[in-house]
Amino acid sequence: MPERTARLRGLIGSWDAILVLAVIAVAVVGAVTIDGVASPRFWRFVTLEAIPIALIALPMTLVIITGEIDLSVASVLGLTCVVMGQLWVSGVTSLPLIIAACLLLGVLLGAVNGLFVTGFGLPSLAVTIGGLALYRGLAYVVLGDRAVADYPTSWTSTAIKPIPGTTIPWMILVVATLAVGFGILLHAHPIGRSLYAIGNNAEAAHFAGINVRRIKFWLFVATGGMSALAGVFWTLRFASARADNGTGLELAVIAAVLLGGVSIFGGRGGLVGVLAAVALLGTLRNALQLAYVPANTLTIITGSLLIASVVGPNVAGMLRGRLRRRRGLAPTVSPSP
Amino acid sequence: MTVLARPATRPASRIRVARRGLVVREMGILLALVLLVGATTVTNPRFLSAQSIKDLLLGSTILAILAVGQATVIITRNVDLSVGSILGLSAFGTGSLLVAVPHLPIPVVIVVGTAIGAVCGVVNGALIAAARVPALVVTLGTLYVFRGIDYSWATSRQINAADLPAGFLRMGTATLLGVPVLTLFAVAVLLVAGFYLHSYRSGREMYAIGSAPAAAVLAGIPVGRRVFAAFVASGALAGLAGVLYAARFGTLDANAGLGIELNVVAAVVVGGVAIFGGSGSVYGAALGAVLLTTIGAALPVLGINPFWQRAAVGALILAAIGLDRALAARVARSLRGRNNHA
Repeated sequence: MPERTARLRGLIGSWDAILVLAVIAVAVVGAVTIDGVASPRFWRFVTLEAIPIALIALPMTLVIITGEIDLSVASVLGLTCVVMGQLWVSGVTSLPLIIAACLLLGVLLGAVNGLFVTGFGLPSLAVTIGGLALYRGLAYVVLGDRAVADYPTSWTSTAIKPIPGTTIPWMILVVATLAVGFGILLHAHPIGRSLYAIGNNAEAAHFAGINVRRIKFWLFVATGGMSALAGVFWTLRFASARADNGTGLELAVIAAVLLGGVSIFGGRGGLVGVLAAVALLGTLRNALQLAYVPANTLTIITGSLLIASVVGPNVAGMLRGRLRRRRGLAPTVSPSP
Repeated sequence: MTVLARPATRPASRIRVARRGLVVREMGILLALVLLVGATTVTNPRFLSAQSIKDLLLGSTILAILAVGQATVIITRNVDLSVGSILGLSAFGTGSLLVAVPHLPIPVVIVVGTAIGAVCGVVNGALIAAARVPALVVTLGTLYVFRGIDYSWATSRQINAADLPAGFLRMGTATLLGVPVLTLFAVAVLLVAGFYLHSYRSGREMYAIGSAPAAAVLAGIPVGRRVFAAFVASGALAGLAGVLYAARFGTLDANAGLGIELNVVAAVVVGGVAIFGGSGSVYGAALGAVLLTTIGAALPVLGINPFWQRAAVGALILAAIGLDRALAARVARSLRGRNNHA
């Protein structure tokens, strides 16, 4: 059955599969060679670290697929943390109420980004750099350099409570549910096809009857909401609300999304690769930390992986094209994933 | 296509209108700067004292030099997020060099620091121009890589002002006719870059690349080489900024310039350089850097909580790009109007 082997080869050769295999390889090699990687505690820490990144990476994937970007996510997270702390300090004792207020705040901040990008037609890169500074700045205005850290232990322990019988925090189930939701939206729903269409050619998508502006607006709203959710988790996990919570996290999220095979120009990539990339970066970081590899080497590895993930396919494509031309064959258009 | 039938004089008038729009834009930042300084001086006359102006100029110097390099890159429709890490690498490199060879002449130190930055710029430029990888991704990657190298090199060591030769540190505080010497570096860089981008053929080609990359290729512009050069220039300027950082602060660890890249992009955007390239000037970018620094200095004088500074910068970015949008729409409308009357 040639068709099946072709599909199988396509699956194995795909970037998603390479990333998944890389996660497994790091886990197996780490478990054998590094003391502690095989322990359940290790995976607990990997998961705790990956949860906020995964939460933000889900909507960010969709945003980047449409050819936009949101650099303000970590600042939305920070402002959410601060507002959460401030609400608790000023006497709001109902956790559901606080969470609802925080999510609403994130949605509003996302809507501000979305309004500037779609309503006024401004480039999202510039708008969200503005948002990055503005929202982080507001976080400092609210809390200055103080910290709110006196939450009831029942709240903080609930946030990181493991799934019964395991060491994995239950929040991962929330992430998984949301991932399935975003996955269906992106890969099995007409809206998902429109996202790819917008990313490939926004004008053509517009003429095909897709409401480009409305879709983009709601993507920014979703990103704001998810960043706020990550902020709530962040506050409870570290039992601390500070204005500088999650500073620089936007770069970690974007690095994971791009390493996951999403094109920065939009129109290409998927959630499986992104989630695998989040897992790969988290596992690699923690495993190397256990192996006493200094943090700066990890920084270099993260950066190199990111560059390699885009340079590799490009150079391979160029070489393939040159080879084909030398053989005298017309270059064929490579199928989009 | 009616465009083809139009007389040949049309593009000239169009360029004049567009150029007037740009001058208006830079005047706008200057006006904002004057208003800010004026309002602050009314509140506290000492804000305009010689010492305070000197501090402002000194404070703007490093950001302005980085902004000139960044503007050059952004004009070609690229971005360089690695400048903060390059600055850190160069600053620590300069410090280590001076600790090892204290009697090195200062010009040599400057050349070495700038060269460290240029090498980093070559790495960025080669990956972007030769491997045709998006600049945002590459420089996000090298932001990590260069900072990681910096950390590995410094290994939590710190170089203190006491370890550095006094002559070098004197450069950080010296003045010439009341103007800090470090600021003169920034002015020189600004004038050279401004003249080059405005008056040299290859400088104009940078704008062409940013306006329409595909058209630039068809027009025979060596796009790869120009973009490469822009990144080397940005890297070299970040290297120079690192040397000045070392001279000004004297205390150096691996965290020099951490996160400054966003301030630099903010200064450039506030200064009227379009984030998608093809318009704006390095003068605007440098003014943007001065404005951002002045805001930081003015807030405490105006009695505003200094924690508002970052929020003010964010609001300013949003206002600046909104204004640019409105201005561009107006220029476009006036162009259309003129063509219809002709």
